[in-house]
Amino acid sequence: MSTPVTSNPAQEESTVDHSKIKVSPEEMEAYDQSGRKPVLLGFFIAVVWLLIGTVLGDLSSFKFDRPDLLTEQAYLTFGRIRPAHLNVMVYGWASTAMFSVSLWLMPRLCRTPLRWGNLAVIGILVWTVGLGVGIALLLAGHGDGLEWLELDRQWADPLLVIGAAMVGASVWKTLAARNVHHLYVSIWYVAASYPWFLIIFLAGNMPFYKGVESAAVNWFYAHNALGLWLTTINLGLIYYLLPKIIGRPIYSYWLSLVGFWGLALFYALNGMHHLIGGPLPSWMIATSITASIMMIVPVVAVGINQHMTVVGRFGAMRYSPALTLAVIAAMSYTAVSLQGILTALVSVNRITHFTHWTIAHSHLGLYMFVTLSLFGGMYYILPRVLKKEWPSRRLVRAHILLVGGGMVLYIVALGIGGVLQGLSLLAPGEGFEASVSSAKPWLLLRSVSAVIISAGHLVFAYHAYLLAFTSRNSLTRHPPFYELKPVLVKKRVP
Amino acid sequence: MTRILVLIMGAMATVIFALVILVILPNSMLSDLKAPPQLKQPGQQELLGRQLYISNGCIYCHTQQVRDPVFTTDIHKGLGNRPSVPADYVYDAPHLLGTMRTGPDLFNVGTRLPDRNWHLLHLYQPRALVPWSIMPGFPFLFEHKPTAEAGDKVLDIPKPYAPSEGVVIISKEAEALVAYLISLQHNYPAPDSDALEEVQP
Repeated sequence: MSTPVTSNPAQEESTVDHSKIKVSPEEMEAYDQSGRKPVLLGFFIAVVWLLIGTVLGDLSSFKFDRPDLLTEQAYLTFGRIRPAHLNVMVYGWASTAMFSVSLWLMPRLCRTPLRWGNLAVIGILVWTVGLGVGIALLLAGHGDGLEWLELDRQWADPLLVIGAAMVGASVWKTLAARNVHHLYVSIWYVAASYPWFLIIFLAGNMPFYKGVESAAVNWFYAHNALGLWLTTINLGLIYYLLPKIIGRPIYSYWLSLVGFWGLALFYALNGMHHLIGGPLPSWMIATSITASIMMIVPVVAVGINQHMTVVGRFGAMRYSPALTLAVIAAMSYTAVSLQGILTALVSVNRITHFTHWTIAHSHLGLYMFVTLSLFGGMYYILPRVLKKEWPSRRLVRAHILLVGGGMVLYIVALGIGGVLQGLSLLAPGEGFEASVSSAKPWLLLRSVSAVIISAGHLVFAYHAYLLAFTSRNSLTRHPPFYELKPVLVKKRVP
Repeated sequence: MTRILVLIMGAMATVIFALVILVILPNSMLSDLKAPPQLKQPGQQELLGRQLYISNGCIYCHTQQVRDPVFTTDIHKGLGNRPSVPADYVYDAPHLLGTMRTGPDLFNVGTRLPDRNWHLLHLYQPRALVPWSIMPGFPFLFEHKPTAEAGDKVLDIPKPYAPSEGVVIISKEAEALVAYLISLQHNYPAPDSDALEEVQP
C-alpha cells in the first residue's frame, strides 16, 4: 500500500522524492476513475473538433492551389475557412483535450479524487457550445476581426470564459484538497494555465482598443495563448509522462524551476515580435525582441531537463507510443522555441515576416509540439480511464508515421517556400508576381502533406472509436507495443 | 515549490507585469494621439466596406503597413512614400495590420490603384486582370441575374470569365468594399505630434 506523504524538509527540496512515493495500482485507478466523466467527454469532443478542423485546414490549403475552388458561397471563402480552422484547432481540439489532460493529471498529482467533476463536465459543454456558436458566426461573417480572437465577443466569448473558469475551478479545488506536500512541476504548469488563460483572454477581448493598441493587444493575446496556455499544459503533461513511462525521476528540480518561472516572465512579453518593423512605438517591439531572446533561458532549461531525464532510455520509445510522441513533442518544443527566437531577430525577420514561414513555424508549435503531445497523452490516458487497451498496434504505428511524416513534410515545404517568398518580397528588382510563383510549388507540397496528415487523423479517430465503443478488445492483456516490434527502429530486440 | 500561494501570486505577477508593459502603458501613452489633418475619417460606405474586409478575412493575406526602410524594401517597392506611424491608424478599430503578404500590402492601394472598375472586376474574378493571381474571387458579393433591371449596375466581364448567361450586377456590398479599398491612401507626410516623439525616443 501507499506510504504516508513525506514531510521531511530535506526531501522537499527535490522532485526526486516523488519517485519515492509508492502508490498502489488500486489507488491510482481510483484517481483515474474519479475524473472519468469529464476526461472522456473532453477527449470525445476534442476528436470531433479535430476532424472538423482537419477538413477546414485541408480546404484552406487546397484553395491556394485552386483559387477558384468553392468561391460561390460566402461561408466557404478562404478568409472565413482559414480562421475557422485555427479556432477549431486551438479552442476545439487542443483546448478541449487539454481540459481532459488537466482533469486527469490533477487527481494523480494531488493524490486525491477529482473535485467538482460535474462542474468540469458542464464547463466543457459550455465551452463547446460557445465555440460552436463562435465558429458558426465566423463562417456567417460575424467575427471580431483579430487573429486568434475572431470568435464573437458578445455571443461566443462569454461562454468560453465561463466554461474555462468551471474547468479551472475543478482543477484548483482538487489542488486545494491535495494530499501531497510538495507540488510536482506538472502541477505548476497546469494549475497556473487556467488563471493565465482567463486573464489574457479577457484582456484580449476587451472592445475598447483602437489603432495600433488594438494590434498590441491582439499579439499580446495571440502569443500568450500559445505561451501561457497551449504550451504550459502540454509541458505539464510531458513532464508527467516522461519520468512516469521510463521510471526515472526528472533530472533536475532546479532546472524545472528555471524553466517554469523563466517562461512565465519572458513568454508573456514576447507578443510584439509579430509586429517587427510595424507602426508601433519602437520600445514595445524592442522589449518583445529582448524577451524573445531571453526565452533561450527557460527553453534550454526545459530542453536539458527533459533530455537528461530520457537520455539513455530512448529505446523505451519502441514500447510506448505515448513516450514516442511525448519525446517528439518535447524536442519540437525546443525546436519551435529556438526557431521563434531566431525569427524574432530583425535580420531574419526582414525575410520571413509576412511569409508562409510563419505558418510553418506555428504548425511546428501547434502540431509537432502541442498536438503530438496530446496524442501521446491520449495513448496513455484513455486505456487507463477506459480500463482496456488500444486494440491495434498497426493502427497506432500508421497514425504516428502518417501524422509525424506528414507534418515534417509540411514544415519543411512551407519553411522553404516561405524563405523563397520572403527573399523575393525583399529583392528590390522583383515584382510581386515572383513572390507568388516562388511559393506556389511549396504550397502544393503542403496540400499533399495535409492529405497525409488527414489520413493519420482518420486512422486515429477510427482507432479511438474502436477502443471506446467496441468491447471486442477489452480483454487485450498488454499495451499495443508490449510485445516489441519496433516502431521507429528497424533492429529487432531480442 | 510547496505552496499554492507562491504559485498563484508568482503566476499573476508575471502576466500582470506583461499586461502593464504591453497593454496598459501603451494605452495611456497613445491615448492622446491625434489624427493627421489629411487623414480622412471613414464615411458610412467605407465603414461598411471595412466590415466586409473583416468578415471575408482579407487580413489573412494582406497587410496594411509600410515598414521601416532601414531593414526592409517596402518603400523601394512602392508600398508607400514613408513608413506607417501610429497616427495613421487612429480610426482603426479593430486594427487590420495583418501578418501575411500572400497578396500585396494595401496601405496605399487607393493611391496605387485608384480605378473603381478595376477593383470591381478584380474582386469578381482576380484572374481576369492578373493571370498569375492566387486570390479567390468573391462572386457572392455580386448578384447574378438573368437580365438587368432598371437601376442595376452591370459589371463588364471579359468573355472567358463571364457567366454563360445572364448578367452580373454590382451590389451595394461590392461598391462599399471598393470604396474602402480606394480610401486607403496614406501618402501625406508623417505627422510629428508630441505624442509620437514621446513614444519614439
